[in-house]
Amino acid sequence: MKFFKSNNLFGVAIAVLALVAPFIHAADISLLNVSYDPTREFYKEYNQAFAKHWKELKGDNVTVRQSHGGSGSQARSVIDGLDADVVTLALAYDVDAIAQKAKAIDPNWQKRLAHNSAPYTSTIVFLVRKGNPKGIKDWDDLVKSDVKVITPNPKTSGGARWNHLAAWGYGLEKYGSEEKAREFVTKIYANVPVLDSGARGSTNTFVQRGLGDVLLAWENEAFLSINELGRDKFEIVVPSVSILAEPSVSVVDKNVEKKGTKEVATAYLEYLYSKEGQRIAAKNYYRPTDPEIAKETESTFPKLKLFTIDAVFNGWGEAQKKHFADGGEFDKIFASIKR
Amino acid sequence: MKWQFRKPSVLPGFGLTLGFSLTYVTLLVLIPLGGLLLYTTKLSWSEFGAVILDPRVLASFKLSFGASLIAAVINLFFGLIVAWTLARYNFFGKKIVDALVDLPFALPTAVAGIALAAIFAQSGWIGRLLDPLGIVIAYSRAGVVVALVFIGLPFVVRTVQPVIEEFEKEFEEAATSLGASWLQTFTKVILPSLMPALLTGFALSFARALGEYGSIIFISSNMPFVSEIVPLIIVTKLSQFDYVGATAVGTVMLLATFVILLLINLIQIYSREKSL
Repeated sequence: MKFFKSNNLFGVAIAVLALVAPFIHAADISLLNVSYDPTREFYKEYNQAFAKHWKELKGDNVTVRQSHGGSGSQARSVIDGLDADVVTLALAYDVDAIAQKAKAIDPNWQKRLAHNSAPYTSTIVFLVRKGNPKGIKDWDDLVKSDVKVITPNPKTSGGARWNHLAAWGYGLEKYGSEEKAREFVTKIYANVPVLDSGARGSTNTFVQRGLGDVLLAWENEAFLSINELGRDKFEIVVPSVSILAEPSVSVVDKNVEKKGTKEVATAYLEYLYSKEGQRIAAKNYYRPTDPEIAKETESTFPKLKLFTIDAVFNGWGEAQKKHFADGGEFDKIFASIKR
Repeated sequence: MKWQFRKPSVLPGFGLTLGFSLTYVTLLVLIPLGGLLLYTTKLSWSEFGAVILDPRVLASFKLSFGASLIAAVINLFFGLIVAWTLARYNFFGKKIVDALVDLPFALPTAVAGIALAAIFAQSGWIGRLLDPLGIVIAYSRAGVVVALVFIGLPFVVRTVQPVIEEFEKEFEEAATSLGASWLQTFTKVILPSLMPALLTGFALSFARALGEYGSIIFISSNMPFVSEIVPLIIVTKLSQFDYVGATAVGTVMLLATFVILLLINLIQIYSREKSL
């Protein structure tokens, strides 16, 4: 009799479960984040945090797949049809390219999120060998004839474009005219023995091949290099002035509309601005934009004067055309360097 | 020789296999290449000329064709020696050497480039020895040639080796017994019969070198006007989302390679007919 009773209870439980199952069953959502090279570890950590956040908020399981590569070539993949839900690239120009060439992103994307759709920022600093044997303190030291500078090719590397513009901006401010700035940047390039096609290649050349006295690098990359290779080999030199590097993020409208992932993809990017998202960014050596988290982590990030690309170069569109398009400043500089 | 469309064969189904072959080649080769040409037609002749005649692009053409040619010649010479040694002699570890020859085929070229740069850089094993002599390999044009020699070697060895293996020793013995010196035997008897295979190996090595990208960007300094190869120019244009410019350069490369391969094939046919 007792057996019968418990069996009955079991049956009731099954029936109840069967009734509510459709409501408690969580949806499985998959997002694709197309990003650039050095964000791999950062987004690995962030994706877990976001998945947990979304599960608590909506009860759905989100898995975010990551794709990494050179920023420009990642943008090209999206233009050519890679079904990214969000792009988190090294520069606004690459997101603009997706907006223009593939019409996959609203042209006003940069206004949709705070801080020009750049939830975290970085800047360009110098990585030098331990003890700083050439005594490099600021941009002026890069034009000395005995200093070899390692930077990638701005034509192929997004990071190198920030380097170029940082140097140019410094030249403009210090020497006061376009001609003087050009002269200054030309002298720096005359000290460059190798132009790798990407930032990772340059780091490799500087660190593994032992070439050059100073590597122009993103601040977060410089931190990572030091962590990986040892504080006893390299140190970071922060110049007096540098550029505010704003890695851009955007939802890829065409794809999220097709896949029905607009809500979660938007939330994914917005959560980058949350305290937790900002903390993870700072932990991975990106400068947080949230003032509170910035205060918390200010001992990590040295203070320096930062200028924006909008203020000095009138945005990426113009900077790209003037400096990096065929026949632009970069080409002119290399045509003028004596070989 | 009478031109024949259909030769009797032991394998049946000529219609089916020819149809398959044509479809396969069209899908894999003709359509992508046709797309390349079609894309280029978006440019007017003057725009096309402006892209191609840009001094920086011209400098890269010069480097790519020059370095590929030098590398192919080096491979022709040393590849022949390696093939000869492998085909004619037995020695300890021959199987290993034989397998090593294929390594450049299998190795991702970027890995090869990084390895070569590591060895030939000033701080590297070989670079360290060459540096005091004033010889710079890594991060120079010489580095480009070294990388191209590396990736091109198997082509010469693998096309020449089977021919040497099949070549009958009796010919050499006959030549020697008729009073020919070793030089005469080599130039008059051996070399002519190896010529078609050598040319094929040379052409393959050359064509492969022209398209090589991965290994070179790591060992070359990639400086505009100095050590930039054509594939890098194409990648550069793509990074600027300049698809049309990139395809224009690609088209010139394609046509040039096609003409070179065609020429070498013609020489080959000519030398084969002469030797028969």
